[in-house]
Amino acid sequence: MKSIRFPRSPKVILGLCIVGFFVLLTIFGPYLAPYSPDNTSFAPNLTPSAHHWFGTTSLGQDIFSQTLVGARATIVVALIAGLVATLLSMVVGIAAGYVGGFTDDGLSMLSNVFLAIPGLPLLIVIDSYLPVNSRSNSLVIGLVISLTGWAWGARVIRAQTMSLRNRDFVEAARIIGEKRYRVMFFEVAPNLLPILASSLLFTVLYSIGAYVTLAYIGLTSTSVWNWGTMLFWAQGNNAPLSGEWYWFVPPGICIALVGTGLALLNFGIDEFINPRLRAAGLSAKQRRSLGLPRRQRLGLTPVVHSASQRPSTPAIASNTVST
Amino acid sequence: MRIIGRRLLLYVLTAWVAISVNFLLPHLMPGNPIQTLIGKLQGQVTPQEIEAIRLSFGGGIDKGLLSQYFTYIDQLFHGNLGVSITLSSPVSTILKASVPWTIGLIGVSTLLSFLIGTVSGALLGWTRGSRLDALIPTATFFQAIPYFFLATVMLLIFGSNLHWFPVLGAYSQNLHPGWTWPFVASAFRYAELPVVSIVLSSVAGWMLGMRNMMITVAAEDFVLMSVAMGLSKRKVIMTAARNAVLPSIANLSLAIGLVVSGALLVELVFNYPGVGDLLLNAVQNEDYPLIQGIFLVITLAVLAANLLADVVYLALDPRTRTETVA
Repeated sequence: MKSIRFPRSPKVILGLCIVGFFVLLTIFGPYLAPYSPDNTSFAPNLTPSAHHWFGTTSLGQDIFSQTLVGARATIVVALIAGLVATLLSMVVGIAAGYVGGFTDDGLSMLSNVFLAIPGLPLLIVIDSYLPVNSRSNSLVIGLVISLTGWAWGARVIRAQTMSLRNRDFVEAARIIGEKRYRVMFFEVAPNLLPILASSLLFTVLYSIGAYVTLAYIGLTSTSVWNWGTMLFWAQGNNAPLSGEWYWFVPPGICIALVGTGLALLNFGIDEFINPRLRAAGLSAKQRRSLGLPRRQRLGLTPVVHSASQRPSTPAIASNTVST
Repeated sequence: MRIIGRRLLLYVLTAWVAISVNFLLPHLMPGNPIQTLIGKLQGQVTPQEIEAIRLSFGGGIDKGLLSQYFTYIDQLFHGNLGVSITLSSPVSTILKASVPWTIGLIGVSTLLSFLIGTVSGALLGWTRGSRLDALIPTATFFQAIPYFFLATVMLLIFGSNLHWFPVLGAYSQNLHPGWTWPFVASAFRYAELPVVSIVLSSVAGWMLGMRNMMITVAAEDFVLMSVAMGLSKRKVIMTAARNAVLPSIANLSLAIGLVVSGALLVELVFNYPGVGDLLLNAVQNEDYPLIQGIFLVITLAVLAANLLADVVYLALDPRTRTETVA
């Protein structure tokens, strides 16, 4: 591919900025924190000030430091869970869609079962039986979360694989005698890239929610700071009712911001896959400059190609645009 | 009907998997949680209750795993979910008291959120490109907020600062539960804030999904045709919306699980006496029989709701029915 055809809409740029900011926070957060998150030597229940940007807890800990330090565990666990879940859904989805037959029946049944079981209660049951020392282990928690989050992706990937299975290039690869796993993972998988990316964003988003929720109800080790444990302590000390908003608002806003960033990026991928959504997302000014009517109510929503977005070869376009 | 049969089969299979996971977890986890549990209970509860707990885990460890498994399933079908350790009464009795609250709360808020989200999503999709599109990033933000966090903020602002809504609990403590008018009115009053917060958290998903489908459907010829025929604007939108709503309904069965998961935590924030609140207490006290009982009941309820959504979908989409004839 010569040029990257990622839609440059303000939504996607905003999403990239937000996600980028939190990635930096994950890496550098613990070094930037002014105090140790466990340090209880400050006066309790201070409102936000120059010394304590987000105030202090009722145990006298600095909330700003907790927020900075907490970013790492939250995002690392979500990333582990998201990556593992996406990998699982890729393997299951492609195998089911490409191999077909009994393999497909079995794997589809498996993913449908996992879709039907409500995820959070299952997570809680598994997690409550984990030994206490593995509850502080990011890898274990991430794996458990990924177990409940892969099924949706597998379903989407299976559907797309089935539509690719009989394309000419796959047929050609089969005829020249490529091995089955090679066709699956080197011919089919690269063409699923937009869907895989969207599935990754979606599962990371889900995993943040799941991890924070587990921490919030006290099922992860309280010795590891993450945004959920902050909310756990805030709730446990009745912060919402006693008006200490600065205790639970910072972690909550951070979670919501990361989530929004990921969702906005996902919009970009959606618009990449379905060009009609691209035109629908344009602002009035952009529509005018592209010569589109100010309001589009009826008929086909036009497919927008700006100069930089025009597909370089028809072959690539026909592979990626079909849904 | 074949499709309903297949879905039913899937749900029965899912229920079986959930039951088996529930059985296997305590047996496979390191450290033998069941023995630890029973050891801890000696002297705290009556020997009969210990026996009930032992049975609800499938009997003694001296028997084989398979025979324990069958004992476990047999006990389930007889309604023995074990005895709660902290509340020392049968899990099934405890659940009977809290399940109606949860079903009421989650049922009403899911329906409301689906209706509001679908209608507003249809309008957003129809008026695409207008100023209303500014709602989309806002909706995305609300979607990304964990349910319980939004609930906490609402509790702080509207409950404890502005005193617009009563907080904590499901009814006024001065009233005796029963089918009397003051009690029902009070129950509605206490449910308002939790319902609003669940709807706010979950509405965006429906809205965005419906908007995207509406944009796709508006491109179809039959929509152009209905305008050309001179139908009123309202009728044209209805025609398009009726076709665009199908994927939303197909997704309903998937979304129920997510909404239930989120809503359980909202109960916790508001101290609503439903299953979610119970679950938190069970987790904090390591009350394994109660945790497992709640998991099973939630799973079965979600499966039943899924089946209902499937039936609605079949009734609405004629294409799925012709498939069964062929």
